[in-house]
Amino acid sequence: MSVEFDRKIHATLADTKLQLAIYASTARLKDGRLSSVAPQTLPDYQELRTQANALKKHALENLDYYLEEFERNVVAHGGKVVYCKDGTDVADFVLALAKERGARLIVKSKSMTTEEVDLNERLEHHGLESVETDLGEYILQLAHEKPYHIVAPALHKTRYDVAEIFTHSLHVPSETVPEKQTAIARAVLREKFLAADIGISGANFLVADAGAVVLIENEGNARLTTTAPRIHIAIAGIEKVIPRAQDLATFLKLLARSATGQLLSVYTSFLAGPKRAGEIDGPEEFYVVLLDNGRTKLLPDRSKRQSLYCIRCGACLNTCPVYRKIGGHSFPWVYSGPIGAIITPQFMGVSHEPGLPFASSLCGACAEVCPVKIDIPKVLLELRSDVKKSETREKQNRLEKVAFRVFAWVMTHPRWYELAGRVAAAMAPSEDGGWIRTVPGIMNFGPLKAWLSQRDLPPPPPKSFRELWRRR
Amino acid sequence: MGKKRVSLFVTCMVDQLFPKVGLAMAEVLESLGYEVDFPEEQTCCGQPAFNSGYRGEARTVARHFLDTFEHAEAIVVPSGSCTAMVVHHFAELFTKEPDTLARVHALEKRVWEFSTFLTQVAEVEDVGARLDAVVTFHDGCHGLRELGVKDAPRRLLAHVRGLELREMLPAEECCGFGGTFAVKFAELSGAMAQTKIEAILRTGAQTVVSLDPSCLMQIQGVLARAGSSVRTMHLAEVLASR
Amino acid sequence: MSRDSILHRIRTAVGRSADQPPAEAPAARLRIPEVPLEARIASVVARVEALAGKAVRTSDPCAWVAEAIRGKTAVASNAPFLAQCGITGLAGVRSGITDPEELRELCATADVGITGADYVLADTGTLVMLSSGREARMISLLPPAHLAVVERERILTGLDELLTVLPNPAVETSSMVLITGPSRTADIEQILVRGVHGPGQITVVIAD
Repeated sequence: MSVEFDRKIHATLADTKLQLAIYASTARLKDGRLSSVAPQTLPDYQELRTQANALKKHALENLDYYLEEFERNVVAHGGKVVYCKDGTDVADFVLALAKERGARLIVKSKSMTTEEVDLNERLEHHGLESVETDLGEYILQLAHEKPYHIVAPALHKTRYDVAEIFTHSLHVPSETVPEKQTAIARAVLREKFLAADIGISGANFLVADAGAVVLIENEGNARLTTTAPRIHIAIAGIEKVIPRAQDLATFLKLLARSATGQLLSVYTSFLAGPKRAGEIDGPEEFYVVLLDNGRTKLLPDRSKRQSLYCIRCGACLNTCPVYRKIGGHSFPWVYSGPIGAIITPQFMGVSHEPGLPFASSLCGACAEVCPVKIDIPKVLLELRSDVKKSETREKQNRLEKVAFRVFAWVMTHPRWYELAGRVAAAMAPSEDGGWIRTVPGIMNFGPLKAWLSQRDLPPPPPKSFRELWRRR
Repeated sequence: MGKKRVSLFVTCMVDQLFPKVGLAMAEVLESLGYEVDFPEEQTCCGQPAFNSGYRGEARTVARHFLDTFEHAEAIVVPSGSCTAMVVHHFAELFTKEPDTLARVHALEKRVWEFSTFLTQVAEVEDVGARLDAVVTFHDGCHGLRELGVKDAPRRLLAHVRGLELREMLPAEECCGFGGTFAVKFAELSGAMAQTKIEAILRTGAQTVVSLDPSCLMQIQGVLARAGSSVRTMHLAEVLASR
Repeated sequence: MSRDSILHRIRTAVGRSADQPPAEAPAARLRIPEVPLEARIASVVARVEALAGKAVRTSDPCAWVAEAIRGKTAVASNAPFLAQCGITGLAGVRSGITDPEELRELCATADVGITGADYVLADTGTLVMLSSGREARMISLLPPAHLAVVERERILTGLDELLTVLPNPAVETSSMVLITGPSRTADIEQILVRGVHGPGQITVVIAD
């Protein structure tokens, strides 16, 4: 584990105000999900999960086919598809288009994919103004922070934090009522929407048989982003493609429920190309950027491939006892929580933060709530194995490797196992049958020290089970 | 008809730290008419190595387990987590060894978590226990989510005379143990345990019952550190109480 | 070129060749329950109100709308049904606009946007809006209040029926939007605020 990871975890745990904010917000989202997938509300919830999993599996197994089908259909509607291997490719495309069209102002709706490639920073570096329009994302853009949560990006900010951010960046009088804060943002952003040259959105789904981009949101900013400016660019990971429009019947029922507990999100936009002849409004140009950015690295391994099934609902974060303690910014990349713990090492390489797959008690709550049934604990275990293989290659962490070799040897030699147990018991300090709070300094290191930093240790019994069993 | 036989896999933790749990489990099984045997070659299921990413080492230990229990008719385990390791994860270790994999699949069906064995195989809910106590029950994550154990221990507890079960909220949240996680991320593990302890204390119960000695070690460790008088008991110890 | 190299990487990873037909996809899962019209109407009313919207049944939608927009400015879509009811002729209502710039200006200042709906989904209280010469996208989006006047025959049981009636919406339109309740956010402390970027008020008038 890196010092940085350890430091961020410690800092978050020590911040009581933040602990409360994370716990309360995730609890609300978690409870919302629970009631909306309850059998009396959604009797076929488990069948829907199974179907969603099967569809995602199928789409990825035939990914090249569905991307080409999607592309053909977008082109048939008068749109254009651009494949990009990384963030540089994406920025180059947007910059070139902006230059050609003389565009200056870009409005953006929420997209984790663009966070992945730091699109705003790249565009602003070249003199374009790129404004986040989802309220949470807008707050974070003003505060120069990354999203804290996949669906509730500003989950860690209190209304007082927001008041400060608005006062500082927008030079408005301090306002601490969320309703009024929202109205301030609405007014500022409405101007931006109406003046913008380009709207950039993400995509929740790419529908192959329709050549359509599907966007799901509650605020209306994605609708404005894709309606008001003359040009709409949707930026999507290649894994977002699903075979048919009819499959939305499965995914839409799961996504909003899993994310926020709504039956459907307020707005679901199904966008297939630019405005057509006879239609009154809508963008004149329509582009879909299909981004790899490391996704193809996840495809060869049949088990780990399931990490790409994710529909970014955030349910695993809300239910995760680790996320609920360490929050979003402790994670080393834009994706946090259980899904971040399996995606990040695969996108960035396992040595980017080798501690990440180990930062889990493997409780399995994430897999239980995942609407597309990603077996997150299984992938975590596979990644742990990858980390150890990489460490062995790099000749790192050799003491631990030796320790587990010894462990395996002892556990296959029962007499030595028994002896080792008795030696350890004899060394343990006696506390008259009570639990052990401290050990002599010479023993107080490594795992023992770590254990005792938080809790007491059971005193070894006078006789092991096998000794007692022999005497029965 | 001869007596029905069961073999105990007490787990390394019960063997070395909580022998009373193993004895209690044996007592309950014997009281139900089982002939109980303890294969002395047994050690560990290999989960510590598996969860730490050392699959080769886990495989070695898993092979030893297979050799030890190959001929056992039914194997009963006082832990949901160790049972899940054998029943769910052994197969992942031997995907490239078809012969061993066949042995694993043959064994899986005979390995039982203690409360599930009682309710499903022995088909008993009332083992004749008595314990005058108000208890709360902690669901170990692996038993709950990998084995689907939820009702069995509660049905068994419901028949213990003098016992009142008060559910904690939330019951299904992890205690923060997680094997080496508890020491690799000690502060985080401790914070998770605090949340669990708060849920336990809210019930007013004086005893926490669970199927997993490892969860109980974590929970009791934190309770002891806090100077609380609440104590932990394994389900087997409750069911062996008279 | 990125396109070919990405597609090549994918094919290598999943073990497919170019032009290879895909394996058979799992059958689409569509379940349409039998729900009588009266129950569908009741469900729309209940769902819309649960989302803090307003839903009414009336045999005289024009009179109802006239009362609702009294003293306000409104933009109405070109849906023929609105004209048939006489809503487009009400005081304060502008309609018949086909120029997008003119429409945008009007919508940016109007108090109410009046539309029809291509379909309504009973089990979620959702309006289904297909962009066309009859319905523009902006009317249900820019004004602070959205009022939809719908014919009751348009009420489907839910999403599964919609996607059975419209298996591929892209054949009909460049834009289909499902609207379920007023625009909302909970981005600040998970406190619900309505009317962020879209309309904060939504009214569904069911014409009997």
